[in-house]
Amino acid sequence: MSTEKTFEDLYRELEETVRSLESGDPSTGSGRVLPLAEALALFERGTTLAEQCNSLLDGAELRVRELTIRPDGGLAAEPFEAGQNG
Amino acid sequence: MTPSNVYTVSQVTAYIKSLFVSDLLMGDAWLSGEVSGFTQASSGHCYFTLKDGGAVLKAVIWRTQAARLSLPRNGDQVIAHGAISVYEAGGQYQLYVDHLEPAGVGRLWLEFERLKARLAAEGLFDEARKRPIPARPRRLGVVTSATGAALRDILRTLAARYPLVDVILAAASVQGADAPPGIVAALDALNRWAVEQEPLDAILLARGGGSVEDLWAFNDERVSRAIVASAVPVITGVGHETDFTIADFAADLRAPTPTGAANLATPDRRELAASVRGLAVSAQSQIQTHLTAVRSRTDALTQRLGRRSPALHIARDRQRVDDLSRRADLAMAARLRSTREHLRSLSLHLSALDPTAVLSRGYAIITQSDGAVVGSTAQVAAGDALTVRVADGEFGVVVTTNDE
Repeated sequence: MSTEKTFEDLYRELEETVRSLESGDPSTGSGRVLPLAEALALFERGTTLAEQCNSLLDGAELRVRELTIRPDGGLAAEPFEAGQNG
Repeated sequence: MTPSNVYTVSQVTAYIKSLFVSDLLMGDAWLSGEVSGFTQASSGHCYFTLKDGGAVLKAVIWRTQAARLSLPRNGDQVIAHGAISVYEAGGQYQLYVDHLEPAGVGRLWLEFERLKARLAAEGLFDEARKRPIPARPRRLGVVTSATGAALRDILRTLAARYPLVDVILAAASVQGADAPPGIVAALDALNRWAVEQEPLDAILLARGGGSVEDLWAFNDERVSRAIVASAVPVITGVGHETDFTIADFAADLRAPTPTGAANLATPDRRELAASVRGLAVSAQSQIQTHLTAVRSRTDALTQRLGRRSPALHIARDRQRVDDLSRRADLAMAARLRSTREHLRSLSLHLSALDPTAVLSRGYAIITQSDGAVVGSTAQVAAGDALTVRVADGEFGVVVTTNDE
C-alpha cells in the first residue's frame, strides 16, 4: 500500500520525464543533446507513466474513513458509511 | 444691567451642535432601544423615537438610507448605528441612522465586528500566513457534521472530481454552544492524525447554509485560533455565497460553500486526464524530433561514409581492372598480330631455304647409300650406287665415270 506510487508521484515523474526529454531536444540546441537510446528510454517511461496515471484516474474510488478517539485517547480511523446518499 | 455677552439662539444652537460634531462617540454611536412613533414621510425620510425604560431619543432615517435598510415597526427592539447631532430648526438632538438591525442580530453583528477587528490587529488574517493548498492532494481531512448536507455535498463532489483522494472525517457538531469546542477538538484530532499516522494535505471545515445564528459557531474566537494553529492548511466552506464568518478570514482559503471547498481542494480529473494526455503528446513530439534529428544525422553520415565506401573502391578497382584487361586484350591482340606477321615472314624465309623448293625448279639432291649428300666429285667413284632425289620422288643411279 505505502510502497505503491500515488497519482501525485506518477504525475510528477511524468512531468519530469517530459521535461528531461524537452531539455535534451536536439532542435533547440540548448544544453546537452540526449543520446537516442536515453531519449527512447525516457519516452517509453513517459508513455508507461501516462498510462498508469490514466488507469488511476479511471479506476479510483473515493475512500472515506471516520476518525474516532478511543477511550485511551488514541486515534482510530474506521471506514465511514454515509447514511443515505442523494 | 445688560451682560456684555448676549448670544442669539442660532449662535447657541450652533455651539451646541459643534459640541456634538466634535465628540467622537456622538459621531459613531451604537445604541439599542425600542422603536416607537415610526412614520415615513412622503419625501421618503423616516422619523421615529428610540426608547428604553428611562429615556427617548429622536431618530431619522434619510430616504437614501431608508431604501437600503429593512425598516422597523413600532415595538421592535433594534440596534441602531449613526451620528447623533442637532436639528437646529427643531431645537432637538437626534440620531441620524445609517444602520439598523433587529436587536439579537445587531448584538451578534457587533460581536462579529469587534472580534474580527481584534484578530485582524493580531495578524491572524495576514495573507503572509496563509499556506498554499497542494494541487493534487493525497489525503484530505473533513470537519463537519456526520449527518449534514455539507458532508454529502463534499463527498459527492470529491467522488466526481478527484476520487483518488483519501478522506478522513472528523465529525463535529457545527451548530449550538457545543459546536466551537467540538470543531476545535476535531481540528486537533486531524492534526494529531497527520503527525502520528498519515499526512494530510488540507482540512475542509464546512457547514451548509443557515441563519446567522446557525453559523455562529464559525465566528467563535476559539475556532479561528484553532484554524490558525492547525499545521495542516484549512479551507472553509460555510453557509452560502454571501455568508462570511470569522473562520473564513482565519482560513488559508475560503470557499463560498461546502461544495466550493471540495472544488478548491482538488483538481478536476477530466482536466488532469487532459494534462496527462498533453504530456504524453509532448513526449511523443519530442521523441519524433529526436528521431528526425538522428535520422538526418545518420543520412548525412551515410553520405559521407558512402564517399569512402569499399564498394566504391571496388567499383573503381573493377573499372581499373576492366581498363587494364581491355588494354591487355588490345596488347595481346597486337602481339598476336605481330607474332603472326613474324611467323609469316619466317616461313617465307624458311620456304626460301627449303631444298625441296629448289628441287621443284629442276635441281636434284644426290645422296650416298649412307645418306650423305654428295656435294663433291671426290665423294664418289665409278660404280657407286647413289640415290637421286627430285621434286616428286627419288631414283637410283650408278656412277659410270669419274674423270678425277
